[in-house]
Amino acid sequence: MRLLAAALLLLGGAVAVSATPPPPPVHDWKITGSEYPQVLSEYGFFVSAAGQIPVPTVTPYRLNTPLWSDGAEKLRFVYIPVGQQAKAQGDGLLDLPVGAALIKTFKLGGKLIETRVLLHRAEGWVALPYVWDAGQHEARLTLGGKRIALAGPDGKPLSYAVPNKNQCKECHGVSGAVTPIGPKAYNLAPAWLAALQKAGKLDRVPTVAKRIPLWEHRTHADAALAARGYLDVNCAHCHNPNGAASNSGLYLGWLESDPIKLGIGKRPVAAGRGSGNLEFDVVPGDPAHSILYYRMASLEGGIAMPELGRAALDPDGMAAVQKWIGEMRR
Amino acid sequence: MRIPTAIIAAVSALALTAPARAKTIQVAAGEGAQGRLQEALIVAQPGDVVELAAGRFALTDGLSLDVNGVTVRGAGMEGTVLDFSGQQGAGEGLLVTSDDVTLRDFAVENTKGDGIKSKGADNVVYYRIRVTWTGGPKETNGAYGIYPVASTGVLVDGCKVSGASDAGIYVGQSKAITVRYNMVENSVAGIEIENSRDALVTGNLVTRNTGGILIFDLPNLPVMGGGNTVISDNLVVANDTPNFAPKGNIVAGVRRGTGVMVMANDGVRISGNQIHGNPTAAIMVVSYPNKFDDPRYQPSPRNIVIMVNSLDRNGTDPQVPGGAQLVAAFGGALPPVLWDGVGTAPRAVGGADTTAWSLNLPAQGTGFETAKPTPLVLLRPLGPTHGMPSDALRRAPVGAPAALDARAQP
Repeated sequence: MRLLAAALLLLGGAVAVSATPPPPPVHDWKITGSEYPQVLSEYGFFVSAAGQIPVPTVTPYRLNTPLWSDGAEKLRFVYIPVGQQAKAQGDGLLDLPVGAALIKTFKLGGKLIETRVLLHRAEGWVALPYVWDAGQHEARLTLGGKRIALAGPDGKPLSYAVPNKNQCKECHGVSGAVTPIGPKAYNLAPAWLAALQKAGKLDRVPTVAKRIPLWEHRTHADAALAARGYLDVNCAHCHNPNGAASNSGLYLGWLESDPIKLGIGKRPVAAGRGSGNLEFDVVPGDPAHSILYYRMASLEGGIAMPELGRAALDPDGMAAVQKWIGEMRR
Repeated sequence: MRIPTAIIAAVSALALTAPARAKTIQVAAGEGAQGRLQEALIVAQPGDVVELAAGRFALTDGLSLDVNGVTVRGAGMEGTVLDFSGQQGAGEGLLVTSDDVTLRDFAVENTKGDGIKSKGADNVVYYRIRVTWTGGPKETNGAYGIYPVASTGVLVDGCKVSGASDAGIYVGQSKAITVRYNMVENSVAGIEIENSRDALVTGNLVTRNTGGILIFDLPNLPVMGGGNTVISDNLVVANDTPNFAPKGNIVAGVRRGTGVMVMANDGVRISGNQIHGNPTAAIMVVSYPNKFDDPRYQPSPRNIVIMVNSLDRNGTDPQVPGGAQLVAAFGGALPPVLWDGVGTAPRAVGGADTTAWSLNLPAQGTGFETAKPTPLVLLRPLGPTHGMPSDALRRAPVGAPAALDARAQP
């Protein structure tokens, strides 16, 4: 009798395997609930977390030009609940429905370091950081942030900072509310947007007047476009009229056109020693006397920009900005 | 069972005044202080008190608070010390981005950037906070000690700042501000109110800074049009520290020995202060000195009234070109009030306050080298009878909302 039961179970198992298995569902209630899930696996975003292989309803994407994060490789995913759609908003941010999530995993030296999630709940967006364990099996919620001793991309020791929940908002805050920084249509490939629309996850493919160039093509791209793209992605989440650096009057968004707001001939306001004894944020033709470049080239607290998320220099970003300022007509 | 209405009313009143489940979260110094304190600041709910035990908290990163209505309270500005000597990142020691927050009875030392910043944080109270850079005045010190910005309702009371490489207490792009009973020393600027309105700066001691109290308005910022400010009953004494601000910042241009300086503001009253021993000038009223490109910006001061201050031993060793000759020409000390001669002159009610000199600059943005100094007697404020009380003295209320006082009590 027991044997028969075992045989039936085996048979049942065989039948289930031969049919197409339904995709494992994302645990929507973890995204929309009021709790903070303690481990990343609770969401069900990944088939294989260690391999960062998402379930079919979680869509990977890349940005044309990404934020520099101490040389970490970043794997980005968006989850849109079944039966719902993102809405295109012109050039800018895709409007993601309640229940959506943005997932970003940071990888350095071949190891997963942290995964940050942005959850769209009914009361607004919530940003949570998860830090991977040594065995790469699970990532745990780390509300208070953490510093991790790592080797940087240049092999030098790096004190990698996982942001705390509040620091998430410093970058992801618009007028005091947590808001995703991306993805913005002007920093996404047209083909990816088209595919998302075809899959029924986006209401329409937005028209984009001017796209940020692909970062790997920057040396062939117009210097101003490459640098402005870099500044948008790396700086404008704070340096915009509603961001954490709104009081600086320095606004570095892709769509900004006022030269003073972009720092050209603009004096600093609350820079302290971040001014580096220099008078202007950007001096056309003279990156060495431009505060903007000086602060990118520093690693010191109180001087280095961005204030968060950078413990190593970004030589490529510095070169792009140096070229832009250097070629600017005096 | 019928519940008497009076009890219902009493219970309702209690519910209104005491936030539900308000609790005290205690944090001690020692191992893991960074993570424990930051987590406490994150999990706190409106109405909660985060209580910092006495001791020295060794911190490696900036802290932040983003929950409305939280009080962070230490065991006194000498008892609880947040020590940022080992800080590795962030632009300040503590960042507050929520409303109705009270910070009291603790100290912040040696931050890499600013000491405590509150941005877009309305009705904030700083009470008996100390911010110190312990190595004395140095260019490598952080810029601002206490730094509320872009806020409505700011009370800074009973605090002490030393060593800021910009301003000890800096309030920017805000309104309804009271800065009172504080002491600032060894900083470039003692107290600076910038691009702000309706400020009351009273009862403070500012000494051994480069400049004592600065009321500025700068161009190309989201909030401009500073003014309607009262500077009263302060001790502005011996501000004689050489300027150690990194160049490029507006305060790097403040001359050593400036008592009170008003730049490009509309409606400032300076009254009842004791301004003694400031070697360049007791009171300076000037236009924005640089070129600018901002049609919204008004670079010259307007409606500045100086009334009945105690002025003594100022202008004896001014940091201006040809200073020694000027002092000799004026008979041993410069007149207490310096005006750059651009726009309209300040007005004074009488006595020593009327004794001034003008640089007679030909236009805004021209430097000291174009000055043609002459003595000047300031006129009384314009008014219907005998120049007293007049439109220049009539003003909108200044200061933080009175409700904030309840959070600034011993």
